[in-house]
Amino acid sequence: METVFDISAVVAVVATLMVIAQSRAVHALLYLTVSLLAVAVVFFTLGAPFVAALEVIIYAGAIMVLFVFVIMMLNLGAEAARQERRWLTPADWFGPAILGAILLAEMVWVLASPQSAFPAPAANDPRAVGAALFGPYVLVADLAALVLLAGLVGAYHFGRRSAEAGEGEAP
Amino acid sequence: MNVPFQHALALAAALFAIGLTGVLMRRNIVFVLMSVEIMLNAAGLAFVAAGARWGQPDGQVMFLFILTMAAAEVSVGLALVLQFYHRFKTLATDAAGKMRG
Repeated sequence: METVFDISAVVAVVATLMVIAQSRAVHALLYLTVSLLAVAVVFFTLGAPFVAALEVIIYAGAIMVLFVFVIMMLNLGAEAARQERRWLTPADWFGPAILGAILLAEMVWVLASPQSAFPAPAANDPRAVGAALFGPYVLVADLAALVLLAGLVGAYHFGRRSAEAGEGEAP
Repeated sequence: MNVPFQHALALAAALFAIGLTGVLMRRNIVFVLMSVEIMLNAAGLAFVAAGARWGQPDGQVMFLFILTMAAAEVSVGLALVLQFYHRFKTLATDAAGKMRG
């Protein structure tokens, strides 16, 4: 299990370095998704499968989709289509594909290995996490719900304002 | 635990340092947001590693709260990025130095 941790740690560091070294936002997003998946594997090796699943679903799923939406909304037009064709060369998706293939090989290896290779989630299983979340931490869970509501209202407010500013009214 | 605590902490520190470097170096506001996400993720990794080290569920609970906060932060931040682009026609953070008020 430590080998899996080391490999995914290296993948995470390399992918994260590539994120801040890219010049185009979409390429950086590809590397960032691979980095988050590698961190999810690290969570799994630490004996936290529930958090690993959440990392994949929310970070690599929902938040990355938000980034992709915004980046795609920012450069519209005929130039963007030509740019898209130029960008879709093998050299661009080769790096993230290699790093993702390493993670996939790790997953296949973990699934093929016997059960004893898995870290035993002793006091860390999802049931204990849920009991702690809605036991001593229930007030903080309510606060988190309020934060999400505030984020929803704020995002709606800013999105509506920008649509109005696009109609007339120079800033 | 099979994985040493120090290795997980070292990975979290490395990811946090990379994210901090991105925040300090990049001028594109989308890259700054991505680097902030990297730093939040590294902080969550440190929490989960500590929770695994001492066998307590608190670390994973803290990661859930960091995840919630990151989701709210990135939705507001990206809405701000959209409005920033509509107003300044650029994504460079230097353009925000010309704010009023």
